[in-house]
Amino acid sequence: MCNQTVGLVAAELERHGIVTVALQLLRSVAEKVRPPRALCLPFPHGYPLDTPGDAERQRAVLRAALGLAQAPGPGPRLMEFRGGV
Amino acid sequence: MAHTSDLSLPVRLFLRAYRWRRIDPVPFTACTKPLEECTVGLVSSAGLVLPGMTPFDGALRGGDCSWRIIPGDADSSKLMDGHRSDAFDHSGMASDPELAFPIARLRELAGAGEVGAAARHHASCMGAITATGRLVKETAPEIAARFVEDQVDVALLVPV
Repeated sequence: MCNQTVGLVAAELERHGIVTVALQLLRSVAEKVRPPRALCLPFPHGYPLDTPGDAERQRAVLRAALGLAQAPGPGPRLMEFRGGV
Repeated sequence: MAHTSDLSLPVRLFLRAYRWRRIDPVPFTACTKPLEECTVGLVSSAGLVLPGMTPFDGALRGGDCSWRIIPGDADSSKLMDGHRSDAFDHSGMASDPELAFPIARLRELAGAGEVGAAARHHASCMGAITATGRLVKETAPEIAARFVEDQVDVALLVPV
């Protein structure tokens, strides 16, 4: 449900002129809901930024999301996080 | 990547019958300036609240569609987990709330000049919403209005 919730909020933000990237833990849900930009992560539920306490790893996820923010349209744009597991 | 097969049988059965809300048409805003000049805001659906805030109501049918403003200078270690779902492991988020609400990580990127600024406010909501009508009609527009007022250019949304 979380994946859908952030996707729906992202769509409204985009309608207001704000660029969004929705992190997604379930690719199947991302494909159904279709947030404008989705970064699919190879991590389990409860761990969207991977490892507790690993600041560098967490920044890497954010950097990947920010990179996707610059992707041109049209949406939906769906990208896999390639930072390894 | 998480899979629905990781979830408990009751949750899998629910999801099998659930009608996901499809975004159609898909709105799309192009990023027209470099990230180094962008103000970045966060939206977390982990149901996190700061001390003194009203917790999310896990008993509401269809899910709690309220949301909380989290100040940009908040100490993420003070965030408290209020997510109602027992379908995932909460222990990681309990030991490090940055895992779900990376406020400090974002400030670090802003401090290093990788983004222009971290937003003045971020948004916390509850992800476990099955009845999405109010989320779409009220919650999302309210968050959008706040981010527009704060001149947020880019929003990163984090499910849990």
